[in-house]
Amino acid sequence: MPSRSLELLVGFFVSLGIAAVFVLTFRVASLDSVGDSGSSYRITAKFENTGSLARGASVKMSGVRIGRVRDIGIDPETFQAVVTMEIDGARNNIPADSNLKILTAGLLGEQYVGVEAGGDPEPLKDGSVVTFTQSALVLENLIGQMLTSFTQKEPKAAQPAEPAAAAPAP
Amino acid sequence: MTTAADSLVRVRSLKFGFGPKVIYDGIDLDIVRGKITAILGPSGTGKTTLLRLIGGQWKPDAGSIEFDGIDVHRQSRSQLFELRKRMGLLFQSGALLTDLSVFENVAFPLREHTAFPESMIRDLVLMKLEAVGLRGAAKLYPSEISGGMARRVAMARAIALEPDMIMYDEPFTGQDPISMGVLIRLIQGLNKSLDLTSVIVTHDVEDVMRIADYVYVLSGGKVLDHGSPAEVQHSKSDLVRQFLNGEADGPVSFHYKAARGYADDLMAGRE
Amino acid sequence: MNFLSPLTEGLRGLGRAVLFLFTILAGIPAALLRPRLILQQIYSVGVLSLIIIVISGSFIGMVLALQGYRTLVNFGAASSLGVLVALSIVRELGPVVTALLFAGRAGSALAAEIGLMKATDQLSGMEMMAVDPIKRVIAPRFIAGLVAMPLLVSIFSLMAIGVAGGHAIGVELLGVDDGSYWSQINQAMHGTDIRDMLIKGTVFGLAISWIAVYQGYHAAPTSEGVSRATTSTVVVSSLAVLALDFVLTAFMFH
Ligand SMILES: Nc1ncnc2c1ncn2[C@@H]1O[C@H](COP(=O)(O)OP(=O)(O)OP(=O)(O)O)[C@@H](O)[C@H]1O
Ligand SMILES: [Mg+2]
Repeated sequence: MPSRSLELLVGFFVSLGIAAVFVLTFRVASLDSVGDSGSSYRITAKFENTGSLARGASVKMSGVRIGRVRDIGIDPETFQAVVTMEIDGARNNIPADSNLKILTAGLLGEQYVGVEAGGDPEPLKDGSVVTFTQSALVLENLIGQMLTSFTQKEPKAAQPAEPAAAAPAP
Repeated sequence: MTTAADSLVRVRSLKFGFGPKVIYDGIDLDIVRGKITAILGPSGTGKTTLLRLIGGQWKPDAGSIEFDGIDVHRQSRSQLFELRKRMGLLFQSGALLTDLSVFENVAFPLREHTAFPESMIRDLVLMKLEAVGLRGAAKLYPSEISGGMARRVAMARAIALEPDMIMYDEPFTGQDPISMGVLIRLIQGLNKSLDLTSVIVTHDVEDVMRIADYVYVLSGGKVLDHGSPAEVQHSKSDLVRQFLNGEADGPVSFHYKAARGYADDLMAGRE
Repeated sequence: MNFLSPLTEGLRGLGRAVLFLFTILAGIPAALLRPRLILQQIYSVGVLSLIIIVISGSFIGMVLALQGYRTLVNFGAASSLGVLVALSIVRELGPVVTALLFAGRAGSALAAEIGLMKATDQLSGMEMMAVDPIKRVIAPRFIAGLVAMPLLVSIFSLMAIGVAGGHAIGVELLGVDDGSYWSQINQAMHGTDIRDMLIKGTVFGLAISWIAVYQGYHAAPTSEGVSRATTSTVVVSSLAVLALDFVLTAFMFH
């Protein structure tokens, strides 16, 4: 085997392999990157209940992904869930009083964090804590509440059941 | 016996066996510097084994082997490797590297152990190949040359680093009469011009007797006789004379030792 | 004593293999100084395995897509086809099938080559020329196996998921939407999946190369010994890959 073509073939093989790794990480796993801009900032929010929200889940605004859930923990004092999110640096004008909800994609799909823009001129920054949150719908709570409202308020059954875990709306 | 100073290899009360099978049962042997020593013995005596012991590939069960005053088996691995650069061993099979051409095989020890520039390596390799008459085969691969040619290539490779001693394991088998004569003269010539010490292991009694300075005859784990070719040829031992004259019947059995007699063995199959 | 001997023999074999691994590892720095030798071995274990890897990857991706579609379409979830293919390939089939093919294609060749070198005295010959066969012959082959395996796994997985396998069947043939094929994969998989795939590939590469060079180097110097070394390389490394896969998956499962 002449040494030039050997080098060429091995070089081809190695670059093919490395290219495959890259395509797999970017195309398949999207490398956990939150956007194209490269930079990002972190915000946290407290929820009563995160349901089945998982690390790596999307953060979406009007259905467009703007970030990912980085970490889910527990506040040692209030025992609320603390969700840390990484937001694409290009989205640097999200109002500070925006509302975060844990929503479900489709009927049985994955849970994600939905952002509803507020009206505050001050934007969210690195380290901001979002106070307006709405927890995940937990099916058992929902059914439980429906049953109690049926049994207690027989005459007013037409009134729709409020989700038990709903936090006060802004 | 020669005096200690002029022997390059000194074997003392060497014992060696494969498991229960005893190959050497306490032999003494001296290889004199600058001379050609022949080691003769029937097939399966352990001649190849002796060369591997001298090269430090196997360890003796007892006794010692010294090369130039250094105990071969008391060296660290790197010291042993340094020692091996001073000895060449020509394997019975040639042991050429099959993925390298003839040229590259001869260049192999030079590339591994020297930092010579490419042009110098080329000159040296062609010189060695010319010496064994195979310069024309430089581009061929080991699979494309005959067994006899392979052995000559191995010889060119063994002298590439210009060692102090070369051990030839059956160098003559598979050579036609012409190249045989060439080889004999080559071994003699190298011995003189490079001031080499040569050890030739063979059962080719007649030819080796012409060039050897000293002869050892081994059999059954012992040295049967040693001395100059003339002395050995007129040995008092029946075994040695039988071996040198190539008779099948005599004290040395042509047969590998069997557990029972021939007739018994044949009869055993009918039970 | 007699009925214990298979056990002690097995333990001795294992001990020898571990010591042999240490010898190889000690020889690696010297081998790294000779990149050309490693290059040659990457060619013979990597480049020469490329075709079988590409073809197998494509077919396995295609079969997964067909089977997955048949099941998913019943639940109206055909758009999740990409996830099914990608998860099975990246987490399991990619590393495992590549490793099994690698053991058959490259591991056996490695064992046969080294065993034959031993049987024809080439290794002894090197030793007598004061060249250490561990550094000159074994270590470059070991390194090459270690480098080539994760690359082959990646190529296999990419073929199976994207280029010719699942994508070709799912999107081109069965009409799954291209956008949802990829975006669903994107949702379900993370960088850690790719990292775990590469870890598996590297560990399998180490195991196969180790087993192959060990079997070759310790083969009986006869044609029968070489053929036995070749066979046991394939058998032992296939079993080792499956067992290691279980252990690694259990760890990665958290
Ligand atoms: N690796 C080994 N394991 C066990 N026994 C061996 C081994 N190598 C050689 N033997 C035995 O040792 C004895 C000597 O072998 P050796 O190859 O040294 O003989 P030799 O004198 O060179 O014979 P020949 O002239 O036929 O080459 C033989 O009887 C052989 O059966
Ligand atoms: Mg022999």
